[in-house]
Amino acid sequence: MAEKQFVADSAVLRSIYERAALLKANDERARKVILSGQIAMVYYSYRGQEIIPSVMGEVLRDDDTICTIYRGIHDMLGKGFPLNELWAELIGRTTGSCKGKGGPMHLTYPPKGIMVTTGIVGSSAPIANGLAWAAQLDGSDRVSVCTFGDGASNIGAVHEAMNLAAVWKLPTIFVCQNNLFAEHTTFEKMTAGKNIANRAEGYGIPGVRVDGNDPEAMYSAFAEAVARARAGEGPTLLECMTFRFFGHNFGDDDSYIPKEQKAAAMEADPVPALRARLIADRIATEEELAAVEAEIETRIDGAIEHALASPWPEPDDLRFDVFAQEIAA
Amino acid sequence: MSAVEKAAKPKVTIIEAISKAYQDAFAEDPKVITLGEDLADPEGGGIAKITKGLSTSFGDDRVRSTPISEQAIMGAAIGASLAGYKPIAEIMLMNFTTVAMDMIVNHAAKLRFMSGGQTSVPIVVRTMTGLGFGSGGQHCDYLEAWFAHTPGVKVCTPSTPEDAYGLLRAAIDDPDPVIFIENMPTYRTPMSFELPSSGHRVPLGQAAVQREGSDVTIVTYGRMAMLARAAADQAAEAGISVEVIDLRTIAPWDRDTVLASARKTGRVIIVHEAVKQHGAGAEIAAVIGEELFGALKKPVKRLGGAYSAVPYSRPLENAYAPDGDSILAAIKDIAS
Repeated sequence: MAEKQFVADSAVLRSIYERAALLKANDERARKVILSGQIAMVYYSYRGQEIIPSVMGEVLRDDDTICTIYRGIHDMLGKGFPLNELWAELIGRTTGSCKGKGGPMHLTYPPKGIMVTTGIVGSSAPIANGLAWAAQLDGSDRVSVCTFGDGASNIGAVHEAMNLAAVWKLPTIFVCQNNLFAEHTTFEKMTAGKNIANRAEGYGIPGVRVDGNDPEAMYSAFAEAVARARAGEGPTLLECMTFRFFGHNFGDDDSYIPKEQKAAAMEADPVPALRARLIADRIATEEELAAVEAEIETRIDGAIEHALASPWPEPDDLRFDVFAQEIAA
Repeated sequence: MSAVEKAAKPKVTIIEAISKAYQDAFAEDPKVITLGEDLADPEGGGIAKITKGLSTSFGDDRVRSTPISEQAIMGAAIGASLAGYKPIAEIMLMNFTTVAMDMIVNHAAKLRFMSGGQTSVPIVVRTMTGLGFGSGGQHCDYLEAWFAHTPGVKVCTPSTPEDAYGLLRAAIDDPDPVIFIENMPTYRTPMSFELPSSGHRVPLGQAAVQREGSDVTIVTYGRMAMLARAAADQAAEAGISVEVIDLRTIAPWDRDTVLASARKTGRVIIVHEAVKQHGAGAEIAAVIGEELFGALKKPVKRLGGAYSAVPYSRPLENAYAPDGDSILAAIKDIAS
């Protein structure tokens, strides 16, 4: 397949930006409401990593599935998770997608193919293979994406999953978002070979390292992986280079991130960079983008308002959803 | 039973019943699929040959041999079940479930609850175990208490070919994950006269009263139920009437049947091959104590595996778990 076959045109770039703007605004709002004391929740900021899921959302269909991780709200919003159900779940209300039983680390929304969010590093990968196997059995060309971080590239489950996907030629796309930190530890210090994409060679599948903050490069690499999977040509491992602007979880002082490295990354913030590019290339005007951003803020306002007005679950709800059949009182 | 049948020796085994359950489930429902190490015909149809012929009959897509990767096996089963399939994942030996515990405990067991009922994981994890082959510490543990302690998974184990068939079919039909434990050393013990018909089901959560009695209740499952039945027959000769309850499903267990029998006899012995300490018997004994304090004639007795790894040397292996003699001795002791 020719490498340059998948090109993000102007309309695609603009759409990627609109998704990225939502992701960025939602992360900023989440940190703001926690900091202000308005809402208490566990939270893993993805700020800085928005382009990767914005591209994925652009390429994937609703029936394509995704298994993501605790730092995965960007992946979900990119895939179309509705804001009302998202915010209500974040604060544990019955109108949340999971009725308040999952929370920030276990968000699920099957209508958009968001099947599993795991709090266990690397566990998205083996399950994604099963969804890919189901696609094969159905005779469907849908694909199964799993996302994970550079830290997860060193856990066994990911390697078992890549091997199985390769020998079964599954339509699984392994998206490693390499944000250079596994919790508090640098990628370089704990990852032998200092390259994750290279590991694909050992499994006989394509492995591509791409600048995940570059929407055009990311689009080209991801769309090619999806096309291969849809065509029955098997899995791809993508290592998408990016950077996590803040600590591992909200409240972490991130003192282990060198100040200069963080400052440089924020200086190269990929979301405003794409915004500037759209305006410079006359793909959109300042006014148009400002209107999009204002609408996003209004939608987030509405979702939070809806969530806060929603009821808490009742203690008796513990008896339901353990099994299909309720647990006796 | 006719005189001819009485004269004939039983010939149907648990392994044949399990194989038939696969054949029938695969023939009836195209959503039933299976995966595990060596399962398909090119690999011999599994180490116990349970799935022999299945991949030839139903195709390589539905019957898949896997790498030796228990996390990948369990993850693939979970994922396929999320998309509407009914996978049977064979984890060859129960000790190997430890390698897949994250997938079973954090994912299969919890996805329905954590998703607020949006997703479900209707998988069966079939796994073999049991001492008697001199396999030592890592090939024959009974780990059912770990799973019974995990909300969201059901655990069952048969002690007859009829129950093996009926429980496995019920487990495949069930909308939630089921751990299906098989005792390997008794796989090929002839026990029944004919294979169950395809409509036979044993509802999960329902115990079987396999011997009726009035003096002593034995609550047990798996190979120990086989030994308990024989011990009950011997006790009858000594004038002690023993009721044998095979739980069949360890989680959720049939409290009503157990408590009714315990109320009747006032003397209860719980027997399992798993380590006695913190075993499933502790939960059953505690519930009997909570519900029937004062109605018991003797303290509940528990027989179980020793507090050690399963040993290798024959005399140690023989001493490790309850046997017919120790069950009979316990019956006589509690009845005295």
